[in-house]
Amino acid sequence: MSEFVPDIRAFCCHYTSQQTCADGREGLEKVGFPANVTLLRVPCTGKLQVSTLLQAFEDGADGVYVVGCPPDECHNVKGSRRAAKRVGAVKKALGELSVEEGRVEMFHLERGYHPEFVAAAREMDKRLRTMGPCPFKGEAE
Amino acid sequence: MIIAERKPVAEIIEMTSGCAKILVLGCRGCVSVCSAGGEREVEILASLLRLGHRKEGRSVETVQGTLVRQCDREYIDEMDQWDGTYDAVVSMACGVGVNFIANLRPGTLVFPAVNTSFFGGSPEQGVWAEQCAGCGNCILHHTGGLCPVARCAKSLMNGPCGGSQGGRCEIHPDVACIWQQIHDRLESLGRKEQIINIAPIRDWRPAGHGGPRKVVRDDLTV
Repeated sequence: MSEFVPDIRAFCCHYTSQQTCADGREGLEKVGFPANVTLLRVPCTGKLQVSTLLQAFEDGADGVYVVGCPPDECHNVKGSRRAAKRVGAVKKALGELSVEEGRVEMFHLERGYHPEFVAAAREMDKRLRTMGPCPFKGEAE
Repeated sequence: MIIAERKPVAEIIEMTSGCAKILVLGCRGCVSVCSAGGEREVEILASLLRLGHRKEGRSVETVQGTLVRQCDREYIDEMDQWDGTYDAVVSMACGVGVNFIANLRPGTLVFPAVNTSFFGGSPEQGVWAEQCAGCGNCILHHTGGLCPVARCAKSLMNGPCGGSQGGRCEIHPDVACIWQQIHDRLESLGRKEQIINIAPIRDWRPAGHGGPRKVVRDDLTV
């Protein structure tokens, strides 16, 4: 039986991911960024709605995470704090549906090139491989 | 405005377990302002219903719509546009909206998506607090504009009671004693003597204790 490879969607703040992503996808994977993480860069994570994150699950994600600025250093003042609240709302909704809340996560990272950006992706990859396929992927009648 | 909160998703999924097509219907009135049942919340609930039913192995289609209000006949009539596209309506309006759909559309199965909580206002973003109980006999002119029916835990007409300590109510340290506030406000307005007046025993019939209430304005009926 082949090993489960989770489908992971990462919504990243343009500023937070700018330098880490400078060398493109290839450059990222060279430093250990998992190939199964789809990067979706947004101008500001504050733009993300709860429905955007839920749509990722509807589209087949096993896990979703958001990378935004440190809470008090957001380029758009409160953007990453808003994103964290919306991630919290999705966690609560997952809990209500008896789905692991850890399938969605918020990371606050400094701007510039830094290994934590890759570490966040690897952490989610490891976590979701342990959890297995998302229950939303169950076969509908 | 009327304040409401979305019911737990699992409860709504259970209500709709026999439905293949669901109309998730929002309201642009009070529930939109208190972020319980407006367009954005319709989008979120529709997504959660699709995900939740899929998790249970059921395929569900959702249709999304939002009416100007669900508490007026002419707006409920606009539901005709979705005829034949759904098995049941999940209304995100307050209980008035759900009742109106049930009253006016005998063949429509309708479920509530929110718990209708109280009449209130928003002292800060994301917070709503009860201000009015809709008791049908307003006494705010006696109490400096602050309502003891809604905001005193005992709905006392002559307060404060012995449970008022340091301006807080005995039920919880986070709850202000509204009678202390009434006293302080009347004093600051130079009307402190008003609090000395003893309120008589109250007739609670206008508060709904005489059955469902109705207002008829003869000048507006044709």
